[in-house]
Amino acid sequence: MLESLYLWPDKPLPSLLVLLILAMPFMYLGREPVHTLLHRISRAIARPLRLSARWLGDAAARLRTRNREVLLAHGSREQRLAIERELERVNTLVQRDLEGYPALQRKLMEEITRIEEDYKRSGEVPPPSPEWVKAIEALAVIKATGDGVVERILGDIRSSLNDIYQKVMAEYRGAYQERHKILSSFLPFWRSVSQTLGQVERNITSLHDSAAKIDANVAKLEGILARRAEVENTLTSSASTQFFISALVMLVAFGGAYVNFKLISLPMSAMVGGGDYVTDTLRASEIAALVIVFFEALMGLFLMESLRFTTLFPFGNITEKMRRRLMWASLAILLVLAGVEVALAVMRDSIIAADVALKQSLGTAAVQVDSGWVTRIPTFGQMILGFTLPFALAFVAIPLEYFVASGRIVLGASLTLSLRGSAFFLRLAASLSYEAGKLATNFYDVLIFVPLAFERWLRAKRGTVLPTNELRPPSAFSEPVTGREEVV
Amino acid sequence: MRFASLLTASTVFVGLLAGCGSQVNHSQSVYVLVDTSGTYVKEVSKAQAVVNYVLGNLEPGDSLAVASVKSRSFSEKDIVAKVSLSKDPIQVNAQKRLFSEQMAEFAKSTKNAHGTRYTDITGGLMQGAEFLNETGAGKKTIVIFSDMQEELDYKTVRDFPIKLDGIAIIALNVTKLDTDNVDPRRYMGRLEWWEKRARAAGATDWRVVNDMQHLERAFARRG
Repeated sequence: MLESLYLWPDKPLPSLLVLLILAMPFMYLGREPVHTLLHRISRAIARPLRLSARWLGDAAARLRTRNREVLLAHGSREQRLAIERELERVNTLVQRDLEGYPALQRKLMEEITRIEEDYKRSGEVPPPSPEWVKAIEALAVIKATGDGVVERILGDIRSSLNDIYQKVMAEYRGAYQERHKILSSFLPFWRSVSQTLGQVERNITSLHDSAAKIDANVAKLEGILARRAEVENTLTSSASTQFFISALVMLVAFGGAYVNFKLISLPMSAMVGGGDYVTDTLRASEIAALVIVFFEALMGLFLMESLRFTTLFPFGNITEKMRRRLMWASLAILLVLAGVEVALAVMRDSIIAADVALKQSLGTAAVQVDSGWVTRIPTFGQMILGFTLPFALAFVAIPLEYFVASGRIVLGASLTLSLRGSAFFLRLAASLSYEAGKLATNFYDVLIFVPLAFERWLRAKRGTVLPTNELRPPSAFSEPVTGREEVV
Repeated sequence: MRFASLLTASTVFVGLLAGCGSQVNHSQSVYVLVDTSGTYVKEVSKAQAVVNYVLGNLEPGDSLAVASVKSRSFSEKDIVAKVSLSKDPIQVNAQKRLFSEQMAEFAKSTKNAHGTRYTDITGGLMQGAEFLNETGAGKKTIVIFSDMQEELDYKTVRDFPIKLDGIAIIALNVTKLDTDNVDPRRYMGRLEWWEKRARAAGATDWRVVNDMQHLERAFARRG
């Protein structure tokens, strides 16, 4: 294209140079309109971009506010539920333990009274006879005179005293033994008292722990109600964690559901027809199996809901009686479906066995060796799986609730982030477009530097001097466009 | 509110399933032509293995027929056995078993029999097309178990355009004749002629499979 303009096709550079020199006067004359054109083009690109960026920014801000509201409402609900649960626990503790406190106190008092009585009894030592002591003291002062009669009398008295001493000592020891016995009989009572007091301590500690948890939850709830930033961050982080954990659990549950689906899809073909297709790739039997799996999950949802494990449905306005009926109905249907799955598992095994036998007879499959009960293991395994999987699926309701609740928050946060990112890139593109316009204008001036230099020289000669480092400023970009004014 | 949204999601799911319910007919019909003319009659035992393979891979709702290629083959009398499988997989087994027995009897009856003098492949193809179109299956296949050497008596007229619209043709175990060994171009030319004729008749596919060990390549289902 450009080559057709060359004056000397084999010398492109001189040709272009000559062309530039020839075009320079015309380019100088058309400088103003070209500058305006470049400016308008760059503005025409930049303005819508900036407008879009601003709209996206505003949308992100609105979405963030809404997400915040949702997050705080969710957090507040969770905290309220946690407080309710703790209060229920405390209530149960108080009802169970404090109701028995009068009996416990009575028992404690009885044991203490008995211990006191025993203690008193253990302190009762038979006092020695004061008269007898005085007589001994009087005899003790009599000195040995060598008189035979007196010596004999004293000897008799000594032997009598020895006997009496032995008797008194025996009585004394007996009394002590008795007191030791009384003291040793204290032990079971002490143990009982210790156990009772330990139980009381445990109850009190448990109550104390619950009270501490309630305090912490109330503090969190206050933070949520006060809309503190740190609480918001904590809630967002907690929601993200919940989202990923529940997603992981759901993935595991989907694996279970897939196994369940595979287990019943083949035998379902005997019920709804084997060769019928509902979609291009899905058979009617597969859809029927899918419906059964979904139905089991649905019954599980209702069961969990009626057991108050989840709050996915607005069941708050139904009576307790209705709730119980719903629970029994869901459980009954789940049981029936589990029974159906067991039957289907048996049927599946028989269909596969018949198919294998047919292929063996047709000579298109290898002959299998019958190993007795070992070959029955898959059948039993399928039956057990068929019965247990519907109940296992029922528990999907719990992670599902967390997934839905936290997913809303995580999705909102992701959307806000993407909106902000898009706004940033649009703003960047707008700035680049504006700067590109300016660059093009400057480049245009570079191409016509000779006439511009001449103009400056002429102006200098006439007296209208421009700064040496500045040519006549391009009028189109003389005022930088910034802020809201540019958008308006 | 949440209940309503869940209900809506479920309704949308069911609606989508119903909406994308295709009217595509997935059932399959196979018509096996077994050449019983000349020396090829000795290959019938191989044909039995092929029929058993096809039978083992058919699904509920599919159809299968086996017919012999004789001097004149455009006749229902040449159909040795035919079956339209039930939708119930348990019944299907019994049907397949019965069909297999019929095929075994046919193979047994041809074991010591002399082959027919002429080979009317075109008549067999026309009869097969008629059968397949009557089944209304979504996928129609004619399996020709022959050396593809057509020989007609002077009274039999087959040199007119035939209709094989929507039918896939698989030529199995196309053995080489002595004359082919002398000049292989005859064999190539014969196969080329049949392919041209089948495609001109509206056949959706034409395949020649001589490797009987890998029949799954010839009968790749719903591919």
